[in-house]
Amino acid sequence: MKLFSLLIFAIVLGVPAAAQAQGQPAPAEVAPPAEDEGGLSFTVTDDSAWQDLGIAIPAFATNADRPTAANSQGTGALGVELGRVVFNDLRNNGLFRPVGPDSLPRPNYAQITAPAWGTWQGRSAEMLVHGYVRAADDGRLTVGCYLYDVQLQQELVREGWVVSAAEWRRAAHKCADLVYSRLSGESPFFDSKIAYIAETGPKDNRVKRLAIMDSDGANHRFITNGQSTALTPRYSPDYSKIAYVSYLNGYARIFVYDIGSGNQTLVTQSQNTTFAPRWSPDGRTILYSMAVAGNTDVYRVSASGGGSPQRLTDAPGIDVGGSYSPDGSRIVFESDRSGSQQIYVMDANGGNQRRISFFGGRAATPEWSPRGDQIAFTHIAGDLRVAVMTPSGGGMRHLTNSWQDEAPTWAPNGRIVQFFRTARGSGEASIWQVDLTGRNERRLNTPVGASDPAWGPVLP
Amino acid sequence: MQKIALVVTVASVLALSACKKEPPAELPPAPQNTASPVSPPSQAGPAPGSQEHFRQAMAGRDTIFFDTDMFNVDAEDQAALREQAAYLQQYPNARATVEGHCDERGTREYNLALGERRANAAKNYLVSLGVAADRLSTVSYGKERPIAVGSNEQAWSRNRRAVTVVMN
Repeated sequence: MKLFSLLIFAIVLGVPAAAQAQGQPAPAEVAPPAEDEGGLSFTVTDDSAWQDLGIAIPAFATNADRPTAANSQGTGALGVELGRVVFNDLRNNGLFRPVGPDSLPRPNYAQITAPAWGTWQGRSAEMLVHGYVRAADDGRLTVGCYLYDVQLQQELVREGWVVSAAEWRRAAHKCADLVYSRLSGESPFFDSKIAYIAETGPKDNRVKRLAIMDSDGANHRFITNGQSTALTPRYSPDYSKIAYVSYLNGYARIFVYDIGSGNQTLVTQSQNTTFAPRWSPDGRTILYSMAVAGNTDVYRVSASGGGSPQRLTDAPGIDVGGSYSPDGSRIVFESDRSGSQQIYVMDANGGNQRRISFFGGRAATPEWSPRGDQIAFTHIAGDLRVAVMTPSGGGMRHLTNSWQDEAPTWAPNGRIVQFFRTARGSGEASIWQVDLTGRNERRLNTPVGASDPAWGPVLP
Repeated sequence: MQKIALVVTVASVLALSACKKEPPAELPPAPQNTASPVSPPSQAGPAPGSQEHFRQAMAGRDTIFFDTDMFNVDAEDQAALREQAAYLQQYPNARATVEGHCDERGTREYNLALGERRANAAKNYLVSLGVAADRLSTVSYGKERPIAVGSNEQAWSRNRRAVTVVMN
């Protein structure tokens, strides 16, 4: 986080004339995923125009095959990897029918800005992504990304970034975001990070560690060592910190972990059980829940550490949460004051508390979409299922249908929901994503078991 | 002095063993020449007033159980808590923590709150039986520490519990 710089610039049409002949693509450092050129990796029941949209994503070209810290075989091999990251981002979201570098011819540097249309028209690709990577003397990389309409032989959008070698994947995610948002009209989300809890061990002696990773599972890192149980992490909106629950002192307490310095600070000094930390959209306030003598309420406190906590709820019963609306004016939370867990909305200062869930069963873990138009939550009626509704409680729809899915959180663009699924019997937990339409449900690859996923915003 | 101490120790062991379903514990050996009248050497059994001693003495009554989503102390729970209170009265220097637990069939954060509710209910009952409140603390583990690993009502009913733990 400290050392990268990300500059966006307009790419001048017409690449410097040294059009090198490209050699064979270098062998990959990791085995490439199995590819089939035209099909999706799973079936979807209803037709959508998207799935006919073939996008060709060949390897990125380089002006000169130079050594780079980003790839042991140089910028040529890095170009293949960049293409693969873009391809996997777009493929895993099921919206398009992308084909990746391992199935396609490789363009040379000059062709990045002047595509060989005949090659691509013959392959029934409607859209074409071209990119290049250049290594500078100081080790930084310049990555350019272009999207073309093959039928019209026309450029749709281009953008470029300068990144440190260590952050090469971010340039690929930015390219995937560019293509995705230009074609779908949705906001981007690939260049982001996920915090979650990594789980190992038997069901009656689980080891739970705080961990972080990129949105595609790369750059995975364990933060805690598992000696004390860690739970329910949340990234701060500027990605500098993670708030989470730890049993370090023998009972549940909330810590804020500063990613840059590694320092941990306590959110409250209380001896009571404190849990469910949540950030306000401006990062200045932390909400949490505290259990005192059988009664649990929602509090807020300044994230910078000064000032005393302010209690927002005081109904007898268990109030847990909450999640801010994107404009910071309201908070959605859960409460059992009516006799069972249901979902309530209140003003950010605790006023006007009113119930919004009136559809039978119980409702818990509400999370407000970054777009403000939906609230995701866990619906409990026998099984636990991920569901969404409008902020007034209408239009309730289930997104999943399994034995135990819970704790949905939102991708930064408010169109994908992430949650964890517990397997019956073994209790093994895994992280999954599903679109707001209920389609494209897929499991995230994590090194071990995984729960409590939380998605940070798009990195600037 | 030593003879009286021996009689007291024997009597208390017999009194406790009358509550157990298992055979009574062995008599501790004669106390040695120490200042404390009630400290047998640890090889013969756990020290009275310790967690291990408490756990053995309770023989399962250190734990009370709850119905789904409930936190009330029923008659069977009350009987177990009376035993716990009697032990704590007998060892007035002992402090205890009541742990509250839930089954897996609920959301994680609500279960942290519900666990605290259960621990608090058990603690309140102990206080009502005369145990000083400042000797008792509560902690919630929500659904994080099951003892029964099945996904069925039999396992879940064993996990919905409050466990009293003496702090050594």
